[in-house]
Formats: sequence, structure tokens, C-alpha cells
Amino acid sequence: MLEMVHDASLPAAASAPPVADPVVQCDQLSVRYGKNWALRDVTAVFQPGAVGLLGPNGAGKSTLIKTLLGFVTPDKGTMRVLGLDVAAAPLEIRARVGYMPESDAHIPGMNAVSFVAYCGQLSGLPPADAMQRAHEVLYYVGLGEARYRNLETYSTGMKQRIKLAQAIVHDPDLLFLDEPTNGMDPKGRDEMLELIRDLAHNKNVNLILSSHLLPDVEYTCDHVVVVDKGTVATSGPIQALKGPRGRVYELRIKGDQAGFIDVLRHAGFDCHDTDEDVIRVFVPGTPMAPGPGPQMARTGSIVAHDPDPGARMLFQLAARERVQVRHLRPSVPTLEDVFARAVGEA
Amino acid sequence: MPIHDQGYRRYGGTRAAVGRAWQVIAGAGIRSIIGKRAFIALMLFAWAPFLVRAVQIYVSANFQQAAFLAPKGETFREFLGQQGVFVFFVTIWIGAGLVANDRRANALQLYLSKPLTAAEYIAGKMAILFLFLAFVTWAPAMGLLLVQAIFAGSFAFIRNNAYLLPAITLFSLAQVLLASSTMLALSSLSKSSRFVGIMYAGLMFFTAALFQALRGITGSSSFAWLSPGDALEQLGDVIFRLEPRYDLSPAIAALAVVVLIVGSGVILARRVKGVEIVT
Repeated sequence: MLEMVHDASLPAAASAPPVADPVVQCDQLSVRYGKNWALRDVTAVFQPGAVGLLGPNGAGKSTLIKTLLGFVTPDKGTMRVLGLDVAAAPLEIRARVGYMPESDAHIPGMNAVSFVAYCGQLSGLPPADAMQRAHEVLYYVGLGEARYRNLETYSTGMKQRIKLAQAIVHDPDLLFLDEPTNGMDPKGRDEMLELIRDLAHNKNVNLILSSHLLPDVEYTCDHVVVVDKGTVATSGPIQALKGPRGRVYELRIKGDQAGFIDVLRHAGFDCHDTDEDVIRVFVPGTPMAPGPGPQMARTGSIVAHDPDPGARMLFQLAARERVQVRHLRPSVPTLEDVFARAVGEA
Repeated sequence: MPIHDQGYRRYGGTRAAVGRAWQVIAGAGIRSIIGKRAFIALMLFAWAPFLVRAVQIYVSANFQQAAFLAPKGETFREFLGQQGVFVFFVTIWIGAGLVANDRRANALQLYLSKPLTAAEYIAGKMAILFLFLAFVTWAPAMGLLLVQAIFAGSFAFIRNNAYLLPAITLFSLAQVLLASSTMLALSSLSKSSRFVGIMYAGLMFFTAALFQALRGITGSSSFAWLSPGDALEQLGDVIFRLEPRYDLSPAIAALAVVVLIVGSGVILARRVKGVEIVT
């Protein structure tokens, strides 16, 4: 989805060619608040689909979204959203995008259905259509039963849902979601993520999800842009950014650890030991999708319902060298690894 | 599409052209205010002077002994001057929360993420105040002209005082524009509508008091431009072809009113933004 990969250390698979016209293009975008650069020479291309905008607090994620919406005038650079120049056609763009702000936001004195219908009308929908869609989207986001309640009586989770409802009432082509799970309880958060995932994958709504919560992005998005200190640290498809196909295993043995490491290296595995007597072994070619890995009892036998060729190879080597395996666990690369590597926290 | 369908679906209907959102804002604001009974009571009360004047016109038209009550051009000027009290209360009641409440609820970013400009937002909000203020100034004044014609059974008075139509319109416009733009600008400066109301009242009373103090000290009323209310009164006298009440050039009075309106516009342009940047 993201055409460009900024981190040269990342695998080539991340720079796969685009499959469709990009929904957002930023070129040398720089924004300054007073003396501080909020964004500095940001160049990125967002292809259709669900893209996560990741970064620590203060990285510039919200500034990027607000600049794309035209709230903030950049000091330098150009932006195109849905093929339109942000500087030249901001209203046309806003008619086609939806925005769910990070902070609590509503229009005072309204109930949910009036509020959402009002937002629909502001986006150009005729009153009757706006009201009809307001009912529909309120049911969709799970507020159907509470749609006649005044917004000021809503809980934090309900306020997040109503913000999503107002953002989608006019059926946008592109959705900007700024920290959509902020302040939600675990159940509400899961439901919100399901909604976002459904919008992106089943309803064909392009979205850019800004978050500092890695699991949220990993669950809902296929692609990611990591922003740090106002610059793009890395970007690309999440699976490609996680690393080459293969699986890392954490291995603990009883016996000659150094000798076994040599054996592993001779067998062609990339491995190293850690401070905690754990050997990390990379077994190439094995699937890296998360799932149940081989479980091992202290006897050394595998209780696995799905054969794991990587684990089997390690066990065979251990058996050949008469080394007792005390611990074997697959370590699946996560977006957290990508994020940490990108922002230099690894 | 039936309402009972509870899923999300793509929208294939029509969309209004960009540039009409201010009408949506104005319409929603007007509907929400009309729904308040206390405000309706205030509006009815604001029309009480109209009833009194209508009775005056009726009596003067039908009873020879009361001919001295017959309306003159000055009558309409006095009427609009009296309505200034209601302009003050309506402005505070409606206007104080127009932008302040949106700022308190972070609604500006919602508005401005839709296809509308800050100018459209301001126009929509101002239209709400403008309409109700016109309803307590221009509408009853024009109504009085009509009542006079009906009770007199001729248009002779209107014909002989043809300047009254543009005078009423112009002075009402000045009253309404000054009050609505000033209030909207003050409303954009705070998140508390109560505080905005106090600021507006303070601005009006303080500037009037300052003018009266300077008048007392210097013995000259040439400082009337300091008080928006008094500058407007001076302008009203000129518009209605009456002897100006203060030693102030009408041009300076007009300039003071225009500066306040333009200044309010500048404040609004700076304050109505989708994002508040603190550096």
C-alpha cells in the first residue's frame, strides 16, 4: 500500500509497486509550530486500503492528518488527497473524507441522531438522506438504542463511537481516524477495532489510522507509516516490514551451549546466545504467521497439533548431538519489533 | 433505503454543491432557539412597544383629539432607539454561546472537517443572530409603517416620508450588524458563554461610562465614538435626518461602527480554526 520504503535496512519486499492510484501523497512536507518543526520533509505515498500511522506521542501523526485536512498550512511541500491538491481544492477533498478527531468533540445541545444527521447535511447530503443514514450508521457503530440520548450524557466509549458515526455518515472515500480507541474499555476497544477492520476490508473504505497502539494498527491495517520526531522513520506493508520469511526460536539447552551454537551455525542457521542462556535461532523458510507453536514438556517431547518443520529440525539436531532441550519457543516478529527498530529503540 | 436496515452501505444519492453549509448551520441554530419557550416569551415581550405604538397610531388616526399623537419620522427613530434594549438582551441570550459553546465542545474541528470554510461557518452563526435581531428591530419598525398606512387608510404618510423605508433599513442593519459581529467575535474568544455575556455587557457599559466620564470632565460630547452604543445613536440621528445629539462628526461615528465590525471580523478570522496552535 505504501509505495516507498524509507528505511534502507528494510527488506526489498516492502517496496512493492503500487496497485492503484494513491489516496494520499505528501512530498517534502514540512510544518513548523513557532520554532519547532512538527513535520520535516515528510515524503510518503499512501495507496488505497487501511494504513496505520504509527508513532510515539508528539511524533507528528495528528499534525500530518490536520495538514492533510487543511487545518494547518505547511511551511513547505505539497500534498494530494484523493488526487486533489490540498492547497487548491480543500473543500472538494473534505466533501470526500471523514475525520474522527482524537479529542472529545461534539456539537452541543443535540442528541445522537440529530448530530449525525446534521453532520451529514454539512457534508452535502439532503436532509432526508442525512437522517436516514444517521439512523443506519448509528446502528452500525452500536449506538442504535442510544440514538435519542443527548450527547452530553454519553460515556467515553460512546463518544468515540459517535465520532466514528459522524465521520462515516456521508460515506467518505477516505477516513482519517485519530487515536480511535482512546479511553475505551477492552470490550469497547475490540468492538471499535472490529468496526474499523470491517470498514477497511469489507466496506472498501480507505482509511488512515493514527495511533500509538501497535496492536490496534497491526489488527486493522495492512500497511504502516512510522513517524518519529516529525519524519517518516519507515513505511511499507506490515508483513514485509516484519522481516524475511522465517521464524526465530528461543532455545534453552542443558549441556554445552557454545558447542551446540557451533553445530547450529554449521547447519546453516543464524543464531546467537543471550545473557539469559537463551539461544536465538533463525530458521529460514518457515511460516512466520502467529499461531500455536510447538509446546514442549520437560521430557522433550513435542505436543503439537500442527507440525513445525523448524522446531523439528532443531530437535533432530539436538538429538543427534545428545543435547537435552529444556525450552523451545517460537518468537514471532511483531509490529513492535518494526516500530522499535524504526525509532531506534531496539 | 429503509431505516430498519442496520448495516453500513455506500451512499449513491445526491450531494449539495459546496457553499450551502451556512444555511444548514443557520437553520439548525434557528430551530434550536425557537424551541425554547423562555426565548419566545422574550421575543413577544420585545414586540410590546410595537403594540403600544400601534395603539398610538390607531388613536391618532381615528380620534381628532389625539391628533398630536400622530407619527412623525422621529417616531420611528425613537422606536428603534427603544428597541436597543431588546437588541442588547437578545444579543446576549442568543449570541454568547454561538461560537463559545462550539469551542467548549471542540466542535470547530468537526465543522471545519466538513466541506465548509470558516467564513461559511461564521456566516451561518451570524445569520442566526441577524435574523432574531432583525425580528426585534427592522420587522416591527416596518410593521409600524404598514399599520400607519392601514389605520390612516392611505399611503400619504409613507409617500411624504419616503426616506423612512431606507432609513429604517439602514439603521436596523447598522444596529444588527454591530451587535452580531461584536458578540460573535467575543464569543470566539472564550469557551464560556456566561463569560462572553459578561464581556459583552461590560464592553457596552464600560465604554458608555467612559464616554460619560470624559464628557463630564471635558464638557464635550465629541468622545461619543468611544462608546459603540452612542456612536450608533449619533449615526441614527443622521440617518433619520434629525439634529445629531453629540458634537461628533457623523463620519467619525460611522467610522467607529465600521472599525468595530471590521475588527470583529478580523478576530473571527483568527479564532475560527480547525486547530488551536499554542507555540
